[in-house]
Amino acid sequence: MTLAADPLAPAIPRGQNLAARLKTPALALILPVIFLAGWHLATAGRPYSLIPPPADVWTAMQDFAVGGINDDAFSATLLTHLVASLSRVFGGFALATLLALPLGMLIGRVPLAQRLFDPTLQFLRPVPVTAWLPLSMILFGLGPRSAYFLVFLGAFYPVLFNTIFGVRSVEPRLFEAAAMLGCGPRAQFSRVVLPAALPSIFTGLRLGLGFAWVVIVVGEMTGVQTGLGAVIMEARQLSRTDLVICGMLVIGIAGYLSDRALMLIGRRLLAWSPTHG
Amino acid sequence: MDKAALPILDIRDVSKTFSLQGQRIDALRGASLTIKRGEFICIIGASGCGKSTLLRIVAGFETATSGEILMWGKPVAGPMPSRGMVFQDYGLFPWLSVRGNIAFGPTSRKRPKAEIRDTVERYVELVGLQRFADAYPHQLSGGMKQRVAIARVLANEAEVVLMDEPFGALDAMTRERLQAELLELWQRTGLTVIFVTHSIEEAIVLADRIVVMSPGPGRIDSVHAVTLPRPRDVADHDFSDVRRMIGRQLHSHLAPKVA
Ligand SMILES: Nc1ncnc2c1ncn2[C@@H]1O[C@H](COP(=O)(O)OP(=O)(O)OP(=O)(O)O)[C@@H](O)[C@H]1O
Ligand SMILES: [Mg+2]
Repeated sequence: MTLAADPLAPAIPRGQNLAARLKTPALALILPVIFLAGWHLATAGRPYSLIPPPADVWTAMQDFAVGGINDDAFSATLLTHLVASLSRVFGGFALATLLALPLGMLIGRVPLAQRLFDPTLQFLRPVPVTAWLPLSMILFGLGPRSAYFLVFLGAFYPVLFNTIFGVRSVEPRLFEAAAMLGCGPRAQFSRVVLPAALPSIFTGLRLGLGFAWVVIVVGEMTGVQTGLGAVIMEARQLSRTDLVICGMLVIGIAGYLSDRALMLIGRRLLAWSPTHG
Repeated sequence: MDKAALPILDIRDVSKTFSLQGQRIDALRGASLTIKRGEFICIIGASGCGKSTLLRIVAGFETATSGEILMWGKPVAGPMPSRGMVFQDYGLFPWLSVRGNIAFGPTSRKRPKAEIRDTVERYVELVGLQRFADAYPHQLSGGMKQRVAIARVLANEAEVVLMDEPFGALDAMTRERLQAELLELWQRTGLTVIFVTHSIEEAIVLADRIVVMSPGPGRIDSVHAVTLPRPRDVADHDFSDVRRMIGRQLHSHLAPKVA
């Protein structure tokens, strides 16, 4: 958008005062602070608590990140595990998108493709990703390939079904407009269907990426050595609950940040949309 | 055959039957009309008498159940850039700016880049939207959107512009201004216009010929040449005469039902 000094541009007061600008983050922090306080009061100074107090988790996190405290197998390994999980999340997600996007456009627009694929997909959809775990280990072996597959499955359906939905809800008028301007049915795929469905495709991508993070723990239960899911599983077996919580926190933060990144890209691409821009 | 000798559009005994939940609807029966290049035709008639149906068949969005439409002597088969449509609900691409919407047609027809750029600038200027050239449709007023819709069709070298109640959703003042702009454009370019309206006055202000349609089944009731000199003044005496005459014609087929 390049309408900076134009009366058309939505009126967002730039020089808002500090108090007003801090209001949103302040509101967002209320619940975490209350939760943290409750957690602290319930666990601190009780040696038999099964859940470690926040301070212990913070110590474990520091060791997990940079080491120098416990000096065990987990010390200073956060980056390794994070990178492993990130590559699986984004790898599986990219694969899912690559497949679901064209397939969704085809199913949404071509009746034959719909009759061919839809029944099978509808049948497979209710099967939870976790139920695929044993089969996936047989098919892909113990290791990262199973993790990729499960993440792929988790991300695939949201992207696919939102793409189909987006493609189906393109205003028929736009196809008429394109046709009378000389844009044939084939070219309409990229020039009308894709851009018109983009808002809903983006919703699908965000959901898909979210699911990719949700299933990463399951995906990394398949016997991989690295990854945040693997850390959580291993720490659980060693009763290192502090580390389990660390893994959860890192997944939460990484998932949140990747969603934000995707949303920023979406905002840029959907600047034209009154509901997204 | 010589193009000059042919009518630009020849609507020949066109009928259209829809089936709606097992019911047959005669949307249009036996419509015939010959239109010369450069004519401004207005179609008027009660709701449901087949105005949109006729226009959509001419555009190529619908196929006639029987009869045919010839453009320069060749049967119309499907939508074509030479017959541009201006919709009441604009039909602009919301993800394209004003420039992008105007460029859509020439881009589809694979015109050279430099030519597209020139064409777009020319038509942005023609409809007076220079300041809004990079705005998206949702940032425009209804009148501006309709200007873009018109520019988009003209930039694509349409010979016939089909307009289905294009100003129906606009306020009276914007409407009058766009009517004047359209007339000016039409006189300058030699376009052929078929314009559907619900307003007798709008039809008289614009048309060379007014086509009155009647419902049940939809058909062409009568065609009236308007010979008043332009610009036409609504307050004029002769204007009122034409308005009375068209009004009577419009209501004549309603009379038996009312009685
Ligand atoms: N796609 C369709 N399927 C079934 N019936 C239709 C369809 N399109 C139009 N009709 C019917 O055909 C008849 C003529 O409709 P049309 O839209 O051409 O009328 P109109 O003169 O444009 O009316 P209005 O002034 O309200 O726009 C109506 O009875 C309508 O219900
Ligand atoms: Mg209509």
